[in-house]
Amino acid sequence: MADTTHTSENTVARPRKSIKWGTVFDHTVLILGSLFMLVPILMVLQTVTTPDLETIKNGPGLTIGTELDDNFAKAMFQASGFSGENTGTSMLINSLILGVGFAVGKIVIGMMAAYAIVYFRLRFATFAFWLIFTTLLLPLEVRILPSYEIVQQLGMLNTYSGLIIPLVASATATFFFRQFFRSVPNELVEAARIDGAGPVKFFIDILVPLSQTMIAAMFIIMFVYGWNQYLWPTMITTDEDMYTLVRGIKQITQDLEGTNVPEYGRANMLALIAILPPVLIVIFFQSWFVKGLTESDK
Amino acid sequence: MARVHLETIRKIYPNGFEAVTPTSFDIPDGEFVVLVGPSGCGKSTLLRMIAGLEDITEGTLSIGDRVVNGVDPADRDIAMVFQNYALYPHMTVRRNIAYGLQNRKIDKATIEQKVQEAATMLNLTEYLDRKPAQLSGGQRQRVAMGRAIVRDPALFLFDEPLSNLDAKLRNQMRIEIKALQRRLGVTSIYVTHDQVEAMTMADRIIVMNGGKVEQIGTPHEVYHNPASTFVASFMGAPPMNLLEARFEDGMVRINGGTPVMPAPAARTGNVTLGIRPEDVRIDDAGDIPFHVDLVEELGAHRLLHGQLGDQTFSIHAMKDEPAPQGATRLSLIPDNICLFDSETGKRI
Ligand SMILES: Nc1ncnc2c1ncn2[C@@H]1O[C@H](COP(=O)(O)OP(=O)(O)O)[C@@H](O)[C@H]1O
Ligand SMILES: [Mg+2]
Repeated sequence: MADTTHTSENTVARPRKSIKWGTVFDHTVLILGSLFMLVPILMVLQTVTTPDLETIKNGPGLTIGTELDDNFAKAMFQASGFSGENTGTSMLINSLILGVGFAVGKIVIGMMAAYAIVYFRLRFATFAFWLIFTTLLLPLEVRILPSYEIVQQLGMLNTYSGLIIPLVASATATFFFRQFFRSVPNELVEAARIDGAGPVKFFIDILVPLSQTMIAAMFIIMFVYGWNQYLWPTMITTDEDMYTLVRGIKQITQDLEGTNVPEYGRANMLALIAILPPVLIVIFFQSWFVKGLTESDK
Repeated sequence: MARVHLETIRKIYPNGFEAVTPTSFDIPDGEFVVLVGPSGCGKSTLLRMIAGLEDITEGTLSIGDRVVNGVDPADRDIAMVFQNYALYPHMTVRRNIAYGLQNRKIDKATIEQKVQEAATMLNLTEYLDRKPAQLSGGQRQRVAMGRAIVRDPALFLFDEPLSNLDAKLRNQMRIEIKALQRRLGVTSIYVTHDQVEAMTMADRIIVMNGGKVEQIGTPHEVYHNPASTFVASFMGAPPMNLLEARFEDGMVRINGGTPVMPAPAARTGNVTLGIRPEDVRIDDAGDIPFHVDLVEELGAHRLLHGQLGDQTFSIHAMKDEPAPQGATRLSLIPDNICLFDSETGKRI
């Protein structure tokens, strides 16, 4: 017994002496990859803490400055533009409304559409589904002018509903919920029928809770999608108090073209603030995701 | 509690397949009926029509004094236990059991009391706050039972409720379900492909094959007086021995001439002779030669499998009876022989 342990230790120890080139290669790739992702963010962080003058003189450096709070205050509370209404805070709120509105709207409508397609004996249900599905081939950019015209005619320019409602129907969400609903065992549906749950009750009491993980996944995707919208908000909103973060950053960099000292700190601060909520959403829902996957077996 | 009446119930699926041919029977109040048959014979279809989960193509179904053909499953006053339990995975055991009552707008105190009663009856009290995923198979099965009994339905429907359990648990749950049904006195229809479950649990058995009812009777009748060769070979393990035989000179003869019993009223030609393995004796003075190929030792008894002439044949022998290997002789108990028409398989 002791002998075998001994020899096996030897065989384990021996390869340690030679370098495993495969491992080195793997790690090199991983390190390079993470540098590729991290360095821009680190540069942004550095700029945010440094006075703008220094940034202009020396370019991005290695020293951490003391301007973090000033830049934060400027970014969040100082208005840019004429009306004085698009501070960082108001833009953050607008972005949140757009992101959450998008996500919630798309999830609600996608779920209901999928529910109708999967559980009700509709004529042409499959046809309807594929019709919805083909809208994936027509992204917003293709139909942006007619969409704009409709919003304009309905008098919804410069409103949240004008921002959200025209984009809220989602083939992606409908598709994913359809696939998910089809995997819910039929016996569960039948048990609920016998238990006296009508269509609405079944949807709310059983299907929605079962879809937790799918809802979380959709929320991540759709929130980030809404948050990052640029073209559509630019067209639909002209009032400064309707600006979103993604758009507001653009406006500050436009200001840089004057003769003033460019506000690097403030612009980068806004960029950071713009990145943060999607990251938080992903982190928050991810833990949920795992919990949902391990705890429930549908 | 109610009597159930089926009048020429028939099912044709939308693809044109006739899963249940017109079927009529009557289940008196409080009876435990088992629908048994091989996989695909239409048992579930029949049960699901009674539950209201499947449309009835033709015929009339009444539960109690009410024709329920067009009635919603929730309003048929039935409860159903499914093979895969069909528990709501996101609800606690308590909510799973209570859900059907909540939907019927029963007040909270009554629901709580009924849930407690059911939980006590099923030994589930300490699991009420768990989710189904945290329970064993047997416990999940009990929760499914609990969900059925809190509703005080007129009729219990079971669709192979034990087939996901291991053999030992299955035996135990079989007894529990039967005892519970006795105690509650609720009319029950139980679907299974397992003839042991059918024999042990049923007040009456309905044997189905290919969408048709082959026989309806008590376990004793179905076992000892099978109406067809199908029933004879489906019920019992090992099944009834079926031998090709002939009517000749007023006798039933097997094995090329050996007479075993007098032929009923002047018949001639071929016939199928059926005899249960336990109605055969190893008998050195017997006039039927038999060759034992294999002995299955089962403790209290043995099964002897072998050849009678050129046909396979099995014998059931108690542990203190002889169990010879190789060539031997045997005799049949003539009173327990069943004769079947060789063409139709029907009992003569
Ligand atoms: N929805 C359906 N459409 C067409 N044929 C079906 C459908 N459901 C079941 N069948 C067929 O009906 C027959 C009986 O099915 P079922 O009642 O489930 O049998 P079992 O006795 O095993 O419970 C089977 O041959 C099955 O293939
Ligand atoms: Mg079945």
